[in-house]
Amino acid sequence: MPETTSTSNAAPGPAGAGEAAGSPAAGGRTRLVSGPGLLLVWLYGVMVVGALSRSVYQICTEFDRAPLAYALSAAAAVVYAFITYSLVRGGETARRAALVCCAAELAGVLSVGTWTLVRPEAFPDATVWSDFGMGYLFIPVILPVTGMLWLRRKR
Amino acid sequence: MLDALTTAIGVAALALAAWCGFAAYRDQPTKDWHFIGMAVVTVLVLAQLVIGLFALARGERPEQGAVIFVAYLVGAFAAVPAAGLLSLTERTKWGSVTVSAGAVVLAVLEVRLFDIWGGSGA
Repeated sequence: MPETTSTSNAAPGPAGAGEAAGSPAAGGRTRLVSGPGLLLVWLYGVMVVGALSRSVYQICTEFDRAPLAYALSAAAAVVYAFITYSLVRGGETARRAALVCCAAELAGVLSVGTWTLVRPEAFPDATVWSDFGMGYLFIPVILPVTGMLWLRRKR
Repeated sequence: MLDALTTAIGVAALALAAWCGFAAYRDQPTKDWHFIGMAVVTVLVLAQLVIGLFALARGERPEQGAVIFVAYLVGAFAAVPAAGLLSLTERTKWGSVTVSAGAVVLAVLEVRLFDIWGGSGA
């Protein structure tokens, strides 16, 4: 991992309001949370809290009712947490890792979403990714697509 | 009491979302007035948190369980301040968009809180 210490004027701070959105920092790691990236991080953060608290609660209280659904929610929470961390950290390695995870996330949403529609009897209770994330305003299916577009642009 | 406050916060959150969305539309970062708006909404949510905890202490029980109720109260309390702090690091319109998204999240949480508490039944 390129652990270059930034010595230039790349310090995040009250930069001018006219700063071009998405401009990479002058030195050190590429910032991934500037401009639209901030909204992305916020939404991922919300999904981490939502998926994590939900799966922890359900696994602790009623795991036997729908083990598959709750385990999938927990897996989703881990993916979200990793992407959030990568975005906040920034840099080329983190960008690539986040890109891979976004693709995995999209694959997960699509496959679990289809799975819940085709075999609803396997899911006595909903997961975060049920019906392509309908319970979460479809954010789970929109987020990885916008995430991948954003990460590609930061190359 | 709690139901009325939940509804009021939901409406206030949507208003805040629209206001910050308008700022983003005009290509502006969040300004002092927006932060005052966020503070007002946050005070309302804090009141909801306190009233909710008092209701629990008095022995009232939410329809869908006390743990979920408290978790949503805390989440609702954190949503707008967290988005506001993030917008301080991004002094462009994207900061405004983020606060707007945070307010929408709060509104959704309030709808859920309404259901969790049990609507007008309590």
